[in-house]
Amino acid sequence: MALLVTRDLTISFGGLAAVANVNLSLETGELVGLIGPNGAGKTTIFNLLTGVYRPSRGEIFFDEQSLVGLKPYQITRKGIARTFQNIRLFNDLSVLDNVRIAYHLHASYGVTSAILRLPSFHHGEAEILAESEKLLQIFKLAPYRNEKARNLPYGEQRRLEIARALAAKPKLLLLDEPAAGMNPQETRELMELINWVRQEFGLTILLIEHDMSLVMGICERIYVLDYGRVIAEGPPEAIRNNERVIEAYLGREVNDNAPQGGES
Amino acid sequence: MIEVRFNKKNLIVLAGVILIYFLVYGLQAVGVISAFQEINLMMLGINIILAVSLNLIVGFTGQLALGHAGFMAVGAYVAAILTTNLNQPFPVALLAGAFSAAVAGIIIGLPTLRLRGDYLAIATLGFGEIIRGAANNINYIGGAAGMIGIPQLTNWTWLYVMMVLTILVITNFINSTHGRACVAIRENEIAAETMGINTTYYKVLAFAMGAFFAGIAGALYAHYFYLIQPNTFTFFRSFDILVMVVFGGLGSITGSIIAAAGITFVNAALQDLAVLRMVIYAVLLIIIMVFRPQGLMGNKEFTLDRWLKKRGAVSGPTGN
Ligand SMILES: Nc1ncnc2c1ncn2[C@@H]1O[C@H](COP(=O)(O)OP(=O)(O)OP(=O)(O)O)[C@@H](O)[C@H]1O
Ligand SMILES: [Mg+2]
Repeated sequence: MALLVTRDLTISFGGLAAVANVNLSLETGELVGLIGPNGAGKTTIFNLLTGVYRPSRGEIFFDEQSLVGLKPYQITRKGIARTFQNIRLFNDLSVLDNVRIAYHLHASYGVTSAILRLPSFHHGEAEILAESEKLLQIFKLAPYRNEKARNLPYGEQRRLEIARALAAKPKLLLLDEPAAGMNPQETRELMELINWVRQEFGLTILLIEHDMSLVMGICERIYVLDYGRVIAEGPPEAIRNNERVIEAYLGREVNDNAPQGGES
Repeated sequence: MIEVRFNKKNLIVLAGVILIYFLVYGLQAVGVISAFQEINLMMLGINIILAVSLNLIVGFTGQLALGHAGFMAVGAYVAAILTTNLNQPFPVALLAGAFSAAVAGIIIGLPTLRLRGDYLAIATLGFGEIIRGAANNINYIGGAAGMIGIPQLTNWTWLYVMMVLTILVITNFINSTHGRACVAIRENEIAAETMGINTTYYKVLAFAMGAFFAGIAGALYAHYFYLIQPNTFTFFRSFDILVMVVFGGLGSITGSIIAAAGITFVNAALQDLAVLRMVIYAVLLIIIMVFRPQGLMGNKEFTLDRWLKKRGAVSGPTGN
């Protein structure tokens, strides 16, 4: 069975289906895109996968275990981490602490060791610190180490969110428009970084992104969502030439995105 | 085996802590400390314990709780019953009071921590009043008249040891992955949950720990003033403690200590002014909130490093 499988995933808000009968299937190691016009239900799918919302109908299987009904923290423990479209950092804490908090899951010492300052506390903390510093290095955030998260430039905040998600050591990483608000140069660098991180950490990634060129360039497979339904699925070339996609998505934004779609 | 890491900073702090103990002990032995001063000294220690423990709940975990006097009452009554009615030794009473308060913390924490902000404030406020109402109506503990003739077992040593212990335990907790989990809840509950933090567990844990030390404060109080009444633990006492925490800075332990000391001192200095005391108190509150809304320390700590640096006595990196 694939790493992540959803069956008939559906949620309605006040009678309106925001996500309807969505069937996803992600193999281990894949980098899959999730695209669609505004309000198509992309973020809602992330909220369903991470337990923020409970589906009205349907199933979610991760590593062959059902996730429906689990709380967000339990799902994170099973190996799914995410970033948010509207950044949710721990704003008043340092960049280092933002990452350190996410190592919580893997901390090797208990409350008693912490209070009594037992050796396991010192070892555990040293380990957390070393791993956090490593992540900051990878994401070029080391210079901001002691800066409050809220004082970071926008692009750095986005990178910090990804670094923090990785600290939870997930198998599956959900990225919700990680390049939103970045300039083309920053975006390209970020995509290279995401791809590199995927190899390095052996991750499976589901990526929501508005920038078509970007999604086409980096993803192996793409799901296209419209009005809560999957209207197309396949490799970038197939998606680019799919009639329904052009009509539903590209057609509406052809001027924004089509010209950049050439590279791949 | 406890591995103690001695470095220069820790040694200076340790020396300071021991010095203060013997200084006050000595002053007391030679009789320089008046009865009035001693009362305030005891109140100072008790207030520090209360403020630091409430800061864990309100300042670090971000849960606005207004029932701290209720936990103090549980500790005071349970400990007083054990020494006065059941002839148990003081340490046993102290521990039992603390654990009972912690259990009360868990019992009220579990259902109420689903509530946020104002709703949690009202629920915890209600809890404090329920405890007081219950004490008022239980004859075994004296009803409204309260318990009298509690042995005076709290002395400077007990007070000081308990105060240092409270500060040490809470500081160690905060500066660990578990304390960071609490702070993450304050900062952004959804993000915290998404990072794998069991937010309910940590909220209840913060509540239980805060209540535990409030219980110790209550037990110390009961065995110094040898009289406790339901009215000793009104909402106003909860509010007083909250004021200390806010004054000192939400999320600053040293801030809570300084503020608890300052407010105890102001209270003592204005003792004879009756009504005017409340007015001055209120004006002080307003002034501080206008000029320093984040409290004296904000969420920073007063550290030796910082202090020495300001005075230009330290150069080079601090080593952490
Ligand atoms: N909690 C909620 N209550 C009511 N409606 C909701 C809720 N969450 C999402 N929706 C609705 O579900 C639909 C899908 O929203 P969603 O945020 O998933 O879109 P999206 O594809 O992420 O869009 P965007 O590209 O703008 O981020 C929208 O119509 C939205 O209003
Ligand atoms: Mg969205």
